[in-house]
This record gives sequence, structure tokens and C-alpha cells, in this order.
Amino acid sequence: MEFLNHDILIVGGGGAGLRASIAIGEENPQLSVGVISKVYPMRSHTISAEGGAAAVIKANDSLDAHARDTITGSDWLADQDAVEAFVNEAPKEMIQLEHWGCPWSREPDGHVAVRPFGGMKIERTWFAADKTGFHMLHALFQTSLKYNNVTRYDEWFVTRLLVDDGRVQGVAAIELRTGQVRAIGGKAVILCTGGAGRIFPFTTNAAIKTGDGMALAYRVGVPLKDMEFVQYHPTGLPGTGILITEAARGEGGILVNKDGYRYLQDYNLGQPLDVRDPRHPQKASMELGPRDRLSQAFMKEVEKGRTIKLETAVGPVDVVHLDVRHLGEEKINKKIPFVRELAKNYAGIDPVYEPIPVRPVVHYMMGGVSTNIEGATIVPGLFAAGECACVSINGANRLGSNSLTELLVFGARAARSAVKFAADHPQINKDALIAQAEDEQRQITQRWFQKDGSETIAAIRLELNKTMEAGCGIYRSEESLKKTCDDIRKLKERYHNVGISDKSISFNTELTAAIELGFMLDTAEAVAFSALARQESRGSHQRTDFAKRDDEKYLKHSLAYRTDGDPRIEYLDVVITKWPPAERVYGQQTS
Amino acid sequence: MPEKSITLEVFRYLPEQSDEPKYQKYDVPYREDWVVLDALNYIKDHIDGSLSYRWSCRMGVCGSCGMMVNGEPRLTCAAFLRDFYPQPIRVEPLTNFPVIRDLIINLEDFLHKLKEVKAWLIPKQEKPVSEGEYLQSPKELATYKQFSMCINCMLCYAACPVYGLEPKFLGPAAIALGQRYNLDSRDGGKEERTDIIASSEGIWECTFIGECSRVCPKHVDPAAAIQRAKVQSTQEWWMSLLLPKGAK
Repeated sequence: MEFLNHDILIVGGGGAGLRASIAIGEENPQLSVGVISKVYPMRSHTISAEGGAAAVIKANDSLDAHARDTITGSDWLADQDAVEAFVNEAPKEMIQLEHWGCPWSREPDGHVAVRPFGGMKIERTWFAADKTGFHMLHALFQTSLKYNNVTRYDEWFVTRLLVDDGRVQGVAAIELRTGQVRAIGGKAVILCTGGAGRIFPFTTNAAIKTGDGMALAYRVGVPLKDMEFVQYHPTGLPGTGILITEAARGEGGILVNKDGYRYLQDYNLGQPLDVRDPRHPQKASMELGPRDRLSQAFMKEVEKGRTIKLETAVGPVDVVHLDVRHLGEEKINKKIPFVRELAKNYAGIDPVYEPIPVRPVVHYMMGGVSTNIEGATIVPGLFAAGECACVSINGANRLGSNSLTELLVFGARAARSAVKFAADHPQINKDALIAQAEDEQRQITQRWFQKDGSETIAAIRLELNKTMEAGCGIYRSEESLKKTCDDIRKLKERYHNVGISDKSISFNTELTAAIELGFMLDTAEAVAFSALARQESRGSHQRTDFAKRDDEKYLKHSLAYRTDGDPRIEYLDVVITKWPPAERVYGQQTS
Repeated sequence: MPEKSITLEVFRYLPEQSDEPKYQKYDVPYREDWVVLDALNYIKDHIDGSLSYRWSCRMGVCGSCGMMVNGEPRLTCAAFLRDFYPQPIRVEPLTNFPVIRDLIINLEDFLHKLKEVKAWLIPKQEKPVSEGEYLQSPKELATYKQFSMCINCMLCYAACPVYGLEPKFLGPAAIALGQRYNLDSRDGGKEERTDIIASSEGIWECTFIGECSRVCPKHVDPAAAIQRAKVQSTQEWWMSLLLPKGAK
């Protein structure tokens, strides 16, 4: 088998992966980097991020305030040393991206503009209209083109991490175009594969978000941390799940129920101000409360029968209205043009004239591959950054606009530690790696090309989606979670019997979908079992049978380890530095 | 009441099995809110798992799912079945590109051109990060913003009559992205890029037909970028006659 070799490998070409690749070039341009991505980098899901990226830049703001908002938002489950490093490095990273050409929206005087986002007491979200992720990704991708030490493996799909002598030393990947499995060696490997929203039926996530990196790490013994914390974004379009950015509310949009009532005032999120009041929108209040609380309020409105029943092709769906009409056409076009485009195309309404129907939608995994503050996992040679990782700065609920900044800060951090690790571990065992990749090729051939099965990918995926929503949704209980855990066990059994009809070699997308389904089942298992084990309510993890936060027992990260049976759940203390656990208070009047 | 359905005639090509492409018909349920991509996904999940195509964000921003829909380059996530129903819809890979398989084209050529045109910021003046951001007024931002909206979906290349005849032509998206940086107040790389763009095969054959701008799903208007590049290099050519390089 042909053997490809680099100093450092990066799996995933989204924001975190590209930032990491550039950081390696900055550290040492002599180091060769391989970026392996199952899609062309500019197709990565970072592209769908809309509203913005948080970093302290204005005189009225402070690092302390950013840290405090993040920790409060996390319901005290974030590691405070990681948050401090994050807020501290965030401005530098964001300015760096500005120097690389990112078209940030500006103040009249030419400085970068900021807008408020949910759960922020001071506005600090940088934005490029409402296509921030798109512009960040293209700026990173285009900048990466000038680094000649970076070799891209576009449309190569990593199926296994290669481990020798207890160290990750490379990957096995299918080159999609030729269908061949290749061995790629690297002294260090950084996973930057993003989230896993596709384990749920209704998600903002792109088709490619199937938890690949999480499952790859899980399979070599790295625990997945805090997987029970799944963020529902409060405003997705019904049917498709397409995201309507929080920036719509940051700019002054309001949420109303079927009576036209701003229902958030009933859920301890403060009192509404008239939309014409110059103090509207109030920061960290009402529509600018944190995402977990807004999504939970929606569910309560459903229970009270106060949502709107929207007729769709698949039956009636509960929605509320996101109303931005009072902003006026000019502001909508200038600040949130993509919202208008998406609402027109996919909901058939023009938000200049009509309110947008929305409902909560699975958006982000707070959990992921457990890393330390340097992006390193417990398996030597393996690093992770971005949504696929859990450092954690997000704890039980991520604040909107922290994730784009996170992938810059921790993409660069993981890269720097991988560079150090590679320098200290110059040898890799080429023969062992080739043997493992050959074994992977053999297994793929036997499992998928020589064996048929009566189960279909679509059927297993659909049932997984259904049970995740039923058991691991916005509100969970022991009963619902036990059922989902049980369903996942059965689905994993049935997965052995999945067959594919396409036996061809070149660009076999049925094969990749089948392998992705295996990744999704592993990721989903970690979510459900971690959720069952956590007998408290915190942030996005709301248990109807344990309604209160329990710091005595659960001021801890969960760690899900893969075993031959159900995952083993262990716990790790949260790092507290300056901010002792307190109650999360939103909706206080600010002058 | 029987479910309504719609027919898709899909281009199939698998070189490892046959040199000849063929068209395959699939009947899929017709839904008012479905796009062509939903119909393809239905086929993949329920009728024929071997059908191959690219897709990801399904919200018109990742640029993966461009195909020919009834002969027009379209993002299939934004092409609604209702605009064609009850007529059948023909789905083919983007024209002007080599086909790898089924609806999947080879776009490596564009990736090379993006690099060739130096589509990244070449700072006019190096500034350390510690000194903060470059100032850029909203007006300066507006000068290039439109060209920065390119999602690299390749629809413009499929529509471009010049690229069809002259594959060396840099093409609409790469030129628009070169211009995106040329027009950026922070950039100082205009001269190198203008030379590259002006010497590009084909640019002088582009006769401002504007097909690229017509099919662009993001209103980038690459035709305007190309036109601007031609004017620019013509001006520079005259200037070079009047003012030899050393005299500047």
C-alpha cells in the first residue's frame, strides 16, 4: 500500500482545521501538514454560521465580562481556566482574521462593529452581516492557499485512527474518487470534524455533521465529555430546520405566541420593552436570553396550547413567530439580508411584511472529544479542536457567537501543542501503520462489498433520529432516556445487518453514508447514556424527574468511555478559578 | 387520493462499468415544499442507493449541490419542484466540467485558478496584530463586498461560453475573487493580480454576454468583475506606454 506522510495531520477542513493548518505554518513553515477532509474545505459547515463571533474589542467591555457571561451561560459547567484563556486570546484571533481579509461589518469611523447576542450583558459580537461563518471560512480557506507546506486531501474520508505503541500516528482514509484506502502517517493528528447534529431529525446542521471525529476518538479510547448537553437553537424554520440567526433578535426582533404575546416574560427572562423604546433590545433579557432558556420556554408554550399550529406537508407543526417587521426594510437588508433570503426561499414569507414561523432546532453539541486546555486528548498524539472537541468553555449551554471564536482560539492552540508533540516524537512506525490501513481496506471490502444485508441505511438513520428526539430532546426523563438507550442498543445490533446496493469503487456515497451511520450510532450512544446518568437539570440538559441543578453531585463533566457493551460513564471535576457557582439571572433591568 | 408524483430524469455515469452515460427515470412523491435536492435524497434513500451527488448545507451557502436542472445551472437546494410540476425534471452534472461519476464533477481546475489569481489579502502595509484592526469604512467595504459573496458553486463556469471553449480561461468566479481583493482598501496586491488576470487566456474573448451573472445564485455579478479587469488592464497598458514602470 502506498504510504503518505506528513509531520502533522488535520482531519477536517472547516474553521478549526484551517486555522490549525495556518498556525502550524506560522510556528514552523518547514513542517509539512496534511489536511484531510471529506468535503472541499469551503463546503464545511462553518459556512452556515450566521450571526457572529464574540471577542472583547470595545472600551465599554472587558475580558472579565466576557468570561462571566460565558460561565453564567454555561450554568457553571465550563472550565474557568479554559474560559480565561479563551476570552484572553479571542481579540487577537479576531484581529488576525481581519488582517487576513475577513469583511467584518464596520462602524462609520472604520472600526469593526459589534452587536449583542443572547446571554451577553455587553455587546461583543463581531459580524459580517449575517454570513459571518461563510466569510470567516472563505477568508481562512483563501489565506491557507498561500501556505505551501499544507497539502490538502480534499474529499478523502477518514475511517480509522492508526495507533501504534499507544500513540496515534496517522489515519486510514478512503480517497473518494478512486475508492482506495490509503495510509497517511503523522506524528500528531488533530481532529477538527465538527458536530453531530444529524443524529437528530430536526437540525440546523449540514448533511456532513455525523460525529465522525467524536466516534473516531471514542473508538481509540478517548472519552467523550459532556455529551448530554445538546443545544437547541430557539429559531429554526419548520420543516427544513434552517437556522434563522440570533442576530435577528440582536437587532431587535421579538418572539410572540399565537396571541401576539411576548411570552418570554412569563419565564423569568425579564419584562419586555416596547420595540420603539430606544433601550430595546435589552441585553441578556427577553429575546436576548440564552438559547437553552428560550427553547425551554417554547416547550412550555406548547404545553399551554399557546403556540401556532402551522400546516405543513408532514402535518401540523407547533411554531411561534419571530417578528422583525418593525426593523424596516432598510435595516433588514443591511443587517440581516440572509434571514430575508432564507425566509423567502424556504418559508415562503418576506420578513419585511410578515412574521417568520420558527421553532427550536438542534444546533450544537456542547460535548465532544475530551481535551485539555491545550487541545490534547488522553491518547498521546491525538488532539481535537472546534465543535468536535470539548475543552470545555461551553459547559451546559454555549453562548451564541462563542463557537466561531472558539474554533480560532482552540484551533491555533491545538496546532501549537501538536507542533511541540511532533518535535518530541519524531518517529512513526510506518510498517505497523500500513498493516493497519491494509486491515481497514480488507474490513471495508468484507463488510460492505462482500456481504449483503437486509437492513437499509435510511431505515436505521430514521429510527435513530426518532428515538433521539423522543428521548434526548429539550426535556428528558429516566423513562424517555432508558427507552432511547435501549433503542440505540438494538439499532447497533441491526447496523451489523445493513447492506449497501452500490458495489462500485469510485465516489461510492452509499458506502460513506453507511460508515457515517456507524459514527452516528456511537456518538448518539454517548449522548443518551451520559444524559441518563446525569440526575439533575443544568443548562440544556433538563430532566423532568430531577428539575434542579445539583452542584453537590454534578458540578462535574461527564466522560463516556466506549466499552464492548454500554458506555462507561465517569466524572471529572469542573475547574473553578474566580467565579463560584451561583444562580443564573437574566432579565435584570440595565440602564 | 393517490399521492402526487413527479418524474426525474437523472444523468447516470459510472466509468468503471460503462463508458456511456445514460438517463434513468425515477418517480418520486411530489411535495409543494420540496426542492430538487430533496427528490434526489428520496431516490438515494428509497429507490436507488447508487445515485451519487454532492450536497451538504441545503440552505444555499456551501455551494456543493450545483447541477444542470432542465438545462440551467442551478443550486438544487434552491430549485423547487413546484416550479416544474407536473413536467418531468432533467438533472445533469454541471456542463463544462469533466464528470467523475453521475452528478459529481471534477472542480480541481477551479481550485488551481483560485490559487493562481492569488485570492487572498496581500497587505498594502504590514501591521502587527497588536496594533489592532485595519480601519475600513462601510463605503470601502461596500466597494468589494458583492464580489466576496461568491460561494464557489461553479454555476458561472457551467454557464460560461468562453470557459467551455478555452479551459485555460481563469473564469468568472476566480476573476471575481481576484477583484474582491483588488478592491479591498487593505490590499496592495492589485498589480500582480491584474497582470495575471489580463494575461489569462480567454479574458479578451469574454464579450460581456453576462451568462455568469445571470445564473449566479448570490448576485455576485462576475461579469462586472471581468469588465472592470479589462478596463483596468487597458488603462494600465496605456499608462505603461506613457509612464514606463521605473518612472512611477
